Amino acid sequence: MGMGAALFLVLAVLTVVSALGVVLHPNPVKSALALIVTLFLLAVVFVLLEAHMIAALQIIVYAGAIMVLFLFVIMLLNLQSEDPERGRRRFVLRGLAWAGGVLLAVELALLTRGAPVGRPGAAPEGYGTAQSVAQSLFTDFLLPFELTSILLLVAVVGAVVLAQKQRRPTIS
Amino acid sequence: MIVPTEWVLMLSAVLFAIGVVGVLVRRNVIVIFMAIELMLNAVNLSFVALARSRGAVDGQVVVFFVMTVAAAEAAVGLAIIIASFRNRTTVNADELALLRG
Repeated sequence: MGMGAALFLVLAVLTVVSALGVVLHPNPVKSALALIVTLFLLAVVFVLLEAHMIAALQIIVYAGAIMVLFLFVIMLLNLQSEDPERGRRRFVLRGLAWAGGVLLAVELALLTRGAPVGRPGAAPEGYGTAQSVAQSLFTDFLLPFELTSILLLVAVVGAVVLAQKQRRPTIS
Repeated sequence: MIVPTEWVLMLSAVLFAIGVVGVLVRRNVIVIFMAIELMLNAVNLSFVALARSRGAVDGQVVVFFVMTVAAAEAAVGLAIIIASFRNRTTVNADELALLRG
């Protein structure tokens, strides 16, 4: 087992633990912090997979911008911890959800076993750098890239309209 | 450094399943939203792993697009949560049952 594989195993265990923290912790702020840890660990995994540009984006966009937005909204709404709801029915439903999740994980993992993915060889020179990703982005994926800008514009306008105070329609 | 692609895909599967369970068991809308982000990241991870095994950067470009869409989704989704909190003063998914017939 190479050094990369050993490092990956450690990272995988840490990632799964912090992802479980996101789902299990009753306090939404702690959940968000666990998600930030998960995203950072995934960025490290991306570096292991030679995706340097994506790893940087992961930290700047996800762990930076998106998670700050989440924390900001959590603080704005002043959320408290979820009180653990008692009751037999809730308990059964929760158990069913976990059983379904384990089943899904096992099934997805089994699906990958037969996949002809093989063992990757040495990466080509300059693989995963900003230059090589941009080369592909601005040639093969130019149209989707331009469409993305429209999507972001629509999202910005939509967010502003949704979050502003409701104005009473004025009678002219 | 070489990581077996199958291992990465298994990690991705486990993370995705954790995200699904999070959506199912939590009642706080914001935490449900975070579980969705977790699922998006699991898929990103498999994209990167498969791009690495093919030796092409196309998969990484797709991850770039997924991130953009996730950012747009987070902005709009959180705005919706704020708007519904203003009207109903709750973020509990069980109490937001306005569309129930």
